[in-house]
Amino acid sequence: MTMTANAPARRAPRIKSRAVRRFMQHKLAMLGLVMIVTLALACFVGPYLLAFDELFIDLRARFAPPFTGGHIFGTDPLGRDIAARLFHAGQVSMTVGFAAMIMSTCIGSVVGVLSGYYGGAVSAVLMRIVDAFLSFPSVFLLLALAAFIQPGPAMITVIIAATSWMEVARIVQAEVKTLRDQDFVQAARMLGLSGRWIMFRELLPNAIGPIIVAATLTVARAILLEAYISFLGYGIQPPLPSWGNMLNGAQQYLQSAPWLAIVPGLAITIAVAGFNFVGDGLRDALDSRSEAR
Amino acid sequence: MLRYLSGRLGQSLILLFIVSLIGFFVLSLAPGGPLSQFALSPGMTQEQMDRVAEQMGLNRPIIVQYFDWLTSMLAGDWGTSYRDQQPVLTIIADHLFATMLLMGTATAIAVTVGTTVGIWSAVRRGSVFDYTTTVLAMVALSIPTFWFGLIAIYIFSLELGWLPAGNMYTVGDGSIGDYAVHLILPALVLALVDVAVWSRYMRTATLNVINQDFVRTARAKGLPNRRILFKHIVGNALVPMITLAGLQLPVVLGGALVTETVFTWPGMGRLFLDSLGYSDYPVVMGLLMASAMLVLIGNLAADLIVAVVDPRVRLS
Repeated sequence: MTMTANAPARRAPRIKSRAVRRFMQHKLAMLGLVMIVTLALACFVGPYLLAFDELFIDLRARFAPPFTGGHIFGTDPLGRDIAARLFHAGQVSMTVGFAAMIMSTCIGSVVGVLSGYYGGAVSAVLMRIVDAFLSFPSVFLLLALAAFIQPGPAMITVIIAATSWMEVARIVQAEVKTLRDQDFVQAARMLGLSGRWIMFRELLPNAIGPIIVAATLTVARAILLEAYISFLGYGIQPPLPSWGNMLNGAQQYLQSAPWLAIVPGLAITIAVAGFNFVGDGLRDALDSRSEAR
Repeated sequence: MLRYLSGRLGQSLILLFIVSLIGFFVLSLAPGGPLSQFALSPGMTQEQMDRVAEQMGLNRPIIVQYFDWLTSMLAGDWGTSYRDQQPVLTIIADHLFATMLLMGTATAIAVTVGTTVGIWSAVRRGSVFDYTTTVLAMVALSIPTFWFGLIAIYIFSLELGWLPAGNMYTVGDGSIGDYAVHLILPALVLALVDVAVWSRYMRTATLNVINQDFVRTARAKGLPNRRILFKHIVGNALVPMITLAGLQLPVVLGGALVTETVFTWPGMGRLFLDSLGYSDYPVVMGLLMASAMLVLIGNLAADLIVAVVDPRVRLS
C-alpha cells in the first residue's frame, strides 16, 4: 500500500535528473552554456576592470587598432574604447533579448493554451491570427513598427516580443491539444475545477519542456532582431550602446578600421550561437522521444 | 483535388484579409501615423495639418478609412508615393525583379548544397561529416546576415579585390557577366542561413524515410544501393522540402532586405528602408502587403505542387 503511494512521488525527481544528466552530457550544450556565462560575466563585470569609460571621448586616440594604447579591442571614430562599449552594449542587448523572450513566451503561452484548450472557433480565430503574423517577414513588420514609435529600450523590447510570440503559441497549442483529452484533465474537470485553473495549473506546467526550449531559442532570435534593427538605425539609439548600433557606422570604415565591424559581430555570433546550442541540448534532454534517436 | 484547391485558396484569402487588417491598423495607430511626414515640415500650423488630414481623408473613422483603402487596393490602386508622386504599384514592380533575382539565386544555391549535405549526413549518420555539418549549420544560423555581408565585403572586395562591394551592375556596362559578378557575393551571403536550414530539414526528412518498410522491401529485392537512395529515399524525402520552401519564404525575404541594405542592391528591401526614412507611408504599407502576398502565394504554390506530386495529400 505504502509502496504504490510512494511510487509516483519518487518517479518525478528521477525523470528530472535524467533530463539534467542528458543535458550535462550534451557537449554542444555545455559549450553553449560556457559561451553564454563567459560573455555575461565579461559584460556585467568587465566594465569595472577596464581603464576606460564607455562614453569617454579621446579624439587623439581615434581609430586605435586593437591592443594599442591599453585598448584591447581598439577605439572607434570618436576615440572611445571599444571594449568598454562592447561590454555595456552586451548588457543592453542581452537584457533586451531576455526581456523580449519573457514577454513573447507569456503572450505565446496564453494564446496557445487558450487555443488548445477551447479548440473550435476560438482556436480557428487565434491560429489564423498567428498565421497572419507569420506571413509577414518579421524584419519588415519590426522595422515598420520601429520607425513609427519613440525608440527606447523598453519599446524595442515590446515590438520584438510583438513579432516573435507566434512560434511559442503554435508549440503550446499543439502540446495542449494532445494533453487536453488525457485522464488527469478529465479528473480535474470532474472535480469541478475552473477552466482557468485547468489551463494554467494543469495543462501549461505539463507543456513546460517545449516552452523552455522555444524560450531559449527566442532569446537568440531576439538578440539577432535587435542587432538588425539597431544596425539599420531604428533600434537602440546612441549614446546608449548596443551590439547592433555599434555596427551601424562600421561599414564606411570597413577598409581603414575593420575591427569596428569584426568585434561586435563576433560578440553577437557568440551570444546567439550559445543560446542556440543550449536550446538544442535542452530539446534533446527534455524530449523523451529523442532517446530513441 | 478541386475541392482541396478551392479550400486552400479560400484560407489564403482569409489570411490575406487578416494580414491587411494587421498591417493597416499597426501603421495607422502608431504615434505620428501617416501625417508624421507633414508634421516635420517647418511652419506647419495645426490648421494646415487639419486641412491636409481632411484632404487625405484621414479625419474619418479608422474603419471607414480601412474599407476605403481596401476597396481601392482591390481595384489595383495602391495609392501614390509621398516622395515622387508615382503609383505605389509601379514603384514596387520596378524593384521586384532585383529582389527575385537575388532570392532565386540564393534559394537555388541553398537547395542544391543544403539537400546534398542533408542526404549525405543522414546516410552517414553519426560520422565526423554528420557531426561537423550539424555544428556548422548551427553556427551559420547564429551569424547575423548583415554582419556576414560586411565581413564578406571586407575579405572579397576590399582585401582581395575579387568581387564588387555592392550595386547590381556597373554603370555603363550592364552585360550579363557584369550582373553575375555583382550577384555572387550577396547571393552567397543570403544563401548561408538557408543552406543551414535546408541541410537540417533534409537530414531529418531522409532519416524519416530511410527506416520505412518500402525501403527495406527495395533492399530485399536486391536493388542497387544507389538506385534505392536516389529513387526511393530522396524522392520521398523531397516532398516535405517543397512545403519547407514555402514556409522559408518570409525568412528569405527578410534576409534579402538585410542583404540588400549592405550590398546597396536595388530591390524591395532597400526600397522599404528608403521609404521608412522618408515616412513614405503608402509605399511602406504597399510593401508590407506585397511581401505578405508573396509569402501566401508561395505557400499556396508549395501546397499545390505537393498535392500534384504526393497522392496521399490529394486523396485525403
